[in-house]
Amino acid sequence: MSDTLLDTAHSSTLNAHGLSSNATQRGRPWGLVVAAWAVALTALAPIGFLLLESWRAGWAAITAVLFRHLTVSLLVNTIEMTVLVTAIAAVLGVGAAWLLERTDLPFRRFFFVALLIPAAIPDFIETFGWVGVWPALRGLWGAVFVLSLAVYPFVMLPVVAGLRRIDQGREEVARSLGSSTLRTFVRVTLPELAVPIAGGCLVVALQLLAEYGSFQILGFRTFTTEIFAAFQVGFDAAAAAALSLVLVLLSAVLVRCEAAAGQGGRSLMTSEGLAPRRLALGRLRPFATLLALALVGLALVVPVGEIIRLLAHPGPALLPSASIWSPLGHTVLYAALAGVLAVSGATVVALCSHRTRGWLTRLPSAASLVPLAVPGVVVALAFTFMAEHYFQGRLYQTSTLLVVAYAVMFLPLALVGIRASLSQVPVSLNEVAASLGVRPLAQFFSITLPLIAPGIGVGFALVFLTTLTELTATLVLIPTGVQTLATQFWSYQSNLAYGQAAPYAAAMIVVAALPLALVSGLGLRRGRRS
Amino acid sequence: MLRGRILLLAGIVLTGASLAACGAPRGSASGTLTVYSGQHLQTSLALVSAFESETGIKVKVRSADEAVLASQLMIEGARSPADVFLAGNSPAIEAVAAKGLLSPLPPSTLSQVPGSDSSPQGDWVGVSARVAVLAYATHALASSQLPRSVMDLATPKWKGKIGLAPTESDFKPIVTSVELRYGHDAALKWLEGLKANAGGHLYPDNEALISAINRGAVELGVLNQYYWYRLAAQLGTRSMSSAVATFNDGDAGYVLSISGAGVLASTKQPAAAQRFVAFLVSPRGQSIIAHSGSFEYPIAHGASTPAGEPAFSTLHPAPLSVGELGTGANALALLREAQLL
Repeated sequence: MSDTLLDTAHSSTLNAHGLSSNATQRGRPWGLVVAAWAVALTALAPIGFLLLESWRAGWAAITAVLFRHLTVSLLVNTIEMTVLVTAIAAVLGVGAAWLLERTDLPFRRFFFVALLIPAAIPDFIETFGWVGVWPALRGLWGAVFVLSLAVYPFVMLPVVAGLRRIDQGREEVARSLGSSTLRTFVRVTLPELAVPIAGGCLVVALQLLAEYGSFQILGFRTFTTEIFAAFQVGFDAAAAAALSLVLVLLSAVLVRCEAAAGQGGRSLMTSEGLAPRRLALGRLRPFATLLALALVGLALVVPVGEIIRLLAHPGPALLPSASIWSPLGHTVLYAALAGVLAVSGATVVALCSHRTRGWLTRLPSAASLVPLAVPGVVVALAFTFMAEHYFQGRLYQTSTLLVVAYAVMFLPLALVGIRASLSQVPVSLNEVAASLGVRPLAQFFSITLPLIAPGIGVGFALVFLTTLTELTATLVLIPTGVQTLATQFWSYQSNLAYGQAAPYAAAMIVVAALPLALVSGLGLRRGRRS
Repeated sequence: MLRGRILLLAGIVLTGASLAACGAPRGSASGTLTVYSGQHLQTSLALVSAFESETGIKVKVRSADEAVLASQLMIEGARSPADVFLAGNSPAIEAVAAKGLLSPLPPSTLSQVPGSDSSPQGDWVGVSARVAVLAYATHALASSQLPRSVMDLATPKWKGKIGLAPTESDFKPIVTSVELRYGHDAALKWLEGLKANAGGHLYPDNEALISAINRGAVELGVLNQYYWYRLAAQLGTRSMSSAVATFNDGDAGYVLSISGAGVLASTKQPAAAQRFVAFLVSPRGQSIIAHSGSFEYPIAHGASTPAGEPAFSTLHPAPLSVGELGTGANALALLREAQLL
């Protein structure tokens, strides 16, 4: 009985939604389309470099690198790990978000921040900490274990934003009609979260494809570790380019899957002015609290504990010590600028592709997602190549190019969040405005922007956090003599001076608290009232 | 609404302004040298600060993996911002030299070190050396049980006992050495034997390998001597659970690997750059290398040995020149053939 009712409720919203989307099938402003393509072409430039390098190397050199047993085992490794980690991260991320947003879990503010901080711990530090505690951690299962703990916040955050936006009324209607909590979650809540879940999973999967440091520590070989090996042993940009193209293909497949999964997403705005209603966990409350505590312990306390242990017992100083303030300042500046740039670009691309079907408007959004899967060092060498060949080396090794490279690499993180919140903006508002003669730009500022503010906040935070910990592209593109927290950490860590590396790791985690505060304090809360 | 709009506009203006400020032309101000260094940070920084105080010439160091720096230099070509390249191993700098990117060094610099330790074309000069040794877990093995040749490590006796770091750039010279002495086929068989013996114990770099040996995860492995001495400096010699030993004198695995420096042909400050490279092989520079805690051997005539290590003059490595080690292209092909890469 309740099943049929639920289905009817769904199909009616679907119909309403379908009607209104058809109604908005109008042309986009040309300025917007041109801007979106400009962003997408910048984002695709590294892939152009890969094609050029492979072309120059010739087919024989590429087949010699690609068509071997090793490639097959790398492909199996990469796909197995990506699928397993993404699936586990999705379960952890959605579960945590639901507990935080829909139940009376105690200490929710604490748990929100504590569960989010692992996003700010570089994956290689998370791994470094875990291997220090559990040296036997290796191979596929070691990678799956550590990386799942490191990446689930990238699913949790967009899902939290989604849960705060969607209409809770329908969940309550479902429950009042006798649907169990679990059933309501699966049949009502989950479908509405399709866009943020698919987006979060995509971001996780793309990052895993490009992950290097963790797998290096765990001795797990993927395409990306092999690309680094090609550089390290062979100074072989062509082999690295050929291997990178495989990653590009894999990421194109992922982007396609995400587009398909996200298409079912539908939503209504939250009811105005109502406080969130939470489900009483009852006897399950202690159990749920323990689960949340366990996740905090595994993902946060163990790696941070290892860093604190190193801070407390640094051992003898092997290397000349350096000030932490200049790296700190540069890191924050770069991360903030990259965040603003990526969010601006992502907003343009998302607006252009939002609720349209033409390739001209949709392609920029899909294309901008791919660079996340390309290893940082490859993106950086692509920018090196372009700066030298097309700009007479003018921008090379300036902060400007470095920030642009960060923005290109991490634009997908912003794009996913912004697309998710755009998908939840009711079409009718813009239509009413349009019928009243409000111009598109004014509509954007007065209607769309305030409504997608939470998505922009989340996007900025994710780009900021990821830029904070970026290493391999930074080493190539940073102005000579300038250091970031990550480069200093690397300088010490790669020379076995773990004690001296620890303060930089700690600083990265502390700085990450800035955007977390922003997200938890401003962006998401505002969304509830507006 | 208006407030949001003003904030957004302010954000855009601020970002634009900051980006413009960041975009100031790169600081290749005359009088400042740019050194691309794949050498250990402590050695580079100690050398640079001594050079600065001696000559008054400012130096900026760009520190990264030597292979990434070599790739960068090759892409940058004639417009490279670098004046000097200081590599960790000879193949990296040979690869840069092979592209014609280095300018010749004067005899006064080259004559400071033995001729076999510098570029055969005189494009770069050897600065310091590392030697490949056997590191072993002392709880598992006594020194009398150790293999005497690197070739023995591929025999079934060591199955499941060795660790390997095939993607480590320090491993390539050893592969080259084996190939030069025994030929391609024997070298491939040897690599396949090593791979089978290592099983799952493949490590990404020598830092990971020495840590694994020291904590007993594997019994032994081949790596450059300084990794062990540095770990000992970090943990304290007495708390080490591992030790190092050399192979038989002149064994194919007893390889001396040279770290070299050269001046980029594209430099706009050739005199200052040459002066920096000359400083590296001067008595002052060599003494800094011996005492900077990097545990590499300085190689200039009459240089002293880092404290705690066997004297450089007592080593009897395989008679290989850096010319023979080349860019390591053959070793790369072999590693690929053995599916280790």
